[in-house]
Amino acid sequence: MAMAEQTTPKPVQAPKGGAAAGGAMARFFDGDVWHSFKNSPITVVAAVVTVTIFLAALFAPIVSPHDPYDLMLLDVMDSFMPPVWEADGDPRFLIGTDDQGRDMLSTIIYGSRASLFIGFASVLLSIVLGVGLGLVSGFRGGMVDAFIMRVAEIQLSFPTILIALLINGVLRGVFPVEQQADVAYAVLILSIGVSGWVQYARTVRGSTMVERSKEYVQAAHVIGIHPTLIALRHILPNVMGPVLVIATIHLAVAVISEATLSFLGVGVPPTEPSLGTLIRIGNDFLFSGEWWIAIFPGAALAILVLAVNLLGDWLRDALNPKLR
Amino acid sequence: MAAFIVRRLIQSVFVMFFVALVAFSLFRYVGDPINQMVGVETSLKERDALRERLGLNDPMPEQFWRFISSAAVGDFGISYQHKRPVSEMIALRLPATLELSLISAILSLAIGVPMGVYTGLHRDGLLSKVFMTVSLVGISLPTFLIGILMIYLFAVKMTILPSFGRGEVIQLGWWSTGLLTTSGLKALIMPSITLGLFQLTLIMRLVRSEMLEVLRTDYIKFARARGLSNRAVHFGHALKNTMVPVITITGLQLGSIIAFAIITETVFQWPGMGKLFILAIENVDIPIMAAYLLMIALFFVIINLVVDLLYYAVDPRLRIESGTAHGHG
Amino acid sequence: MALLEVHDLVVEFPTRRGVLTAVDEISLHIDEGEVLGVVGESGAGKSMTGNAIIGLLEPPGRIARGEILLDGRRIDNLPYDQMRTIRGKEIGAIFQDPLTSLNPLYTVGEQLVETIQTHTDMTPTQARARALELLIEVGIPAPERRVDQYPHQFSGGMRQRVVIALALCVNPRLIVADEPTTALDVSIQAQIIALLKRLCSEHGTAVMLVTHDMGVIAETADRVAVMYAGRIAEVGPVKQVVKRARHPYTHGLMGSIPVIGHDADRLTQIEGAMPRLTDIPTGCAFNPRCPQATDRCLRDRPEPMPTEDGQVACWLFEKEAAHV
Repeated sequence: MAMAEQTTPKPVQAPKGGAAAGGAMARFFDGDVWHSFKNSPITVVAAVVTVTIFLAALFAPIVSPHDPYDLMLLDVMDSFMPPVWEADGDPRFLIGTDDQGRDMLSTIIYGSRASLFIGFASVLLSIVLGVGLGLVSGFRGGMVDAFIMRVAEIQLSFPTILIALLINGVLRGVFPVEQQADVAYAVLILSIGVSGWVQYARTVRGSTMVERSKEYVQAAHVIGIHPTLIALRHILPNVMGPVLVIATIHLAVAVISEATLSFLGVGVPPTEPSLGTLIRIGNDFLFSGEWWIAIFPGAALAILVLAVNLLGDWLRDALNPKLR
Repeated sequence: MAAFIVRRLIQSVFVMFFVALVAFSLFRYVGDPINQMVGVETSLKERDALRERLGLNDPMPEQFWRFISSAAVGDFGISYQHKRPVSEMIALRLPATLELSLISAILSLAIGVPMGVYTGLHRDGLLSKVFMTVSLVGISLPTFLIGILMIYLFAVKMTILPSFGRGEVIQLGWWSTGLLTTSGLKALIMPSITLGLFQLTLIMRLVRSEMLEVLRTDYIKFARARGLSNRAVHFGHALKNTMVPVITITGLQLGSIIAFAIITETVFQWPGMGKLFILAIENVDIPIMAAYLLMIALFFVIINLVVDLLYYAVDPRLRIESGTAHGHG
Repeated sequence: MALLEVHDLVVEFPTRRGVLTAVDEISLHIDEGEVLGVVGESGAGKSMTGNAIIGLLEPPGRIARGEILLDGRRIDNLPYDQMRTIRGKEIGAIFQDPLTSLNPLYTVGEQLVETIQTHTDMTPTQARARALELLIEVGIPAPERRVDQYPHQFSGGMRQRVVIALALCVNPRLIVADEPTTALDVSIQAQIIALLKRLCSEHGTAVMLVTHDMGVIAETADRVAVMYAGRIAEVGPVKQVVKRARHPYTHGLMGSIPVIGHDADRLTQIEGAMPRLTDIPTGCAFNPRCPQATDRCLRDRPEPMPTEDGQVACWLFEKEAAHV
């Protein structure tokens, strides 16, 4: 609509004598992104929740009241303690203990650490794969492009969780049984990471093809600058926005995928549980009334994913003025 | 039209070929099939004899051809773990998965489309905001968590619904159905909601955004300018135009319902193909994995073809060969 | 009494950065059977005025003040269902782009019959017969065959003929035509304008012809209203405005169209651009571009003042207006 153009803000004045970084900060805080962030209370809450969970996971050994991995400290007598507000609750364990007497709160903090680690690593792998293949596809064109995009299309027509399961199954076949617990993290990161590259590749390929046809890229070609350099210098910066949006939403998806695979029993082993593993363990005790073992990790997972999703939703709208 | 369908068919064959190649490579290269079939006490000589007899020493293209042609007639080999023909095991479990998927698909369409239309038409309404928020929560809750919560509420706390299995089933030939008994239907309620919920929210959000898109077009404005009623504009003009993209995505979504059934079947111990597949992954039972992969690919290809045919029914621009009957200014 | 009267109409757009006034206190009238041209640059508010009259302002745009009267009856505050009995039946509309004005999924006949049946009691057979008549009337060859074809089977010019048939199908008394030829080939523009003019004079339909093309106005309109930055600069009979424009802006507009037989060496051009709605200057909105601006023009906003045959909003004509 014509109106939209007329509402574009006046150019921001850089602070006098400010360093380049200061100018960037000022621009950010005066910009549309910050503006829309401030004006969306739900996004602020989501950001606070996300940061809190990230920090708790990062500093798990410091924040968590107990060390759930230290077998010496575990006492079978402490198992199946309900949360403190229930009749048999124990003040040492705020939200109860599991079947092995591990403090639920601590296992959840450590579990988030495992889930987030796998989530971040998988997203990173997807970005590297997707951005790389997208650049190659967009730059080379022709047969290479056709092949990469055809594979992407086929992969896209199957749900990611199925692809992840399949890669998981193959990797399990490759490694001998006794090693499987050791490589569980790597297997998960590989299966989730490889199943998620397509969206990045498509986005990057699209932008690359647009940029490639522009004159400055052709000029760079003519004066003999290496294509890789062109890609890194000129094209990557242009696709970072969309990639960031995809990555945020993808992080939520990756955390869910990890939890799902672990829940299905093909993920993280119970000795160093992730959120999904914890829910799987808790699921066995649901019928005997020990609800907290499944419900609290479930709630933690849901809150984490919801907060990240809300951030992703907001980021997508904020960076894409057309949708506003 | 015929040309279009032929082109789509060729594409489908290409997809099936690619998936078969993946399935075959799985079968052939992940672990040694012989090791999986025989015990430790089998001598090297016997192993070689078996290898020869199974044709594992033949040239690769020949083996691949044999793999495809037997798969085409439903022969997927013998399960490593169960020592039974895979096709038999799948046939036994297929009805459970298909019934569950079908009910979930109907559920998500019958509720998702109207909700999407509503939120598209009343984008700032209170109810729309509630729907959108709930749908975001729905997308953020992993399927298995929804299943667990429902089991805890309705099976453990209230004990009004069964927590696992299909209930009583009736055999109609080789097909076993749970749709004809009360306990079978009751057993379907929670799994189908669990499975359908995610698709429902996706369909709702998709219909909503398409609806918003279409309502902004000139022909909708012109329809209003012609004095048509809200009803005619919204349902006659807007909704019909929304259907083209919605059919595409919904088709894909319905395909993925069958795949997502893996999770639901695990939560509710539903005796379907998904459960079989998970057990196969845990035990690296390659023939079952390969067969499952091919089956799913086949479902996807069929659904895609149906979607293409539906396009033809909805969009006249595809029906008429371009280039004919163009008037001049 | 005039067929359509607009009094002090104000159309506003609330945005994040404050309320923008797209149409600012406009008054005009159209008599029975008259063709009123509304001309101005894009963003001057002419389409917005047209949309306000047919009651189809796109949200968040809204009529903030003023009234619109049809036959002396207020129509700007009618509920949707009452307004829609006026739209199509009393006031028809033609939009800019014929390629997007027709629903691609229905045949031309279906869309005509639907419109006819909405406003009359005709049976389907009668409505179809009427649809065929209309197609003949707007000059579509082989209407019996064409009536069952879809919009994409028609060329752009033919589609605009169909749009005209749709706008005229129940003989409205006024047609709001918003840039009806802008999207068409130049060779076809004249045909469509001639068709519109002929049909409207045959049916006695009044037309509000919104365009930025002064040439079209000069050929077609009885009177012309010149709009600038959401306000009316000048109104008058077309001959007077074209030959002896009063307002400096109209002068500029006239200087920008070639006149055959006139020995001007070059077309004149108005310096600068129309201000954005966000920063309309105080005083006369045209003052930054006006060659004859005085201190008063920078300070006070001129209201439309009566002249012998119209109105002009310019301080230069204050004395002349006082004599009328």
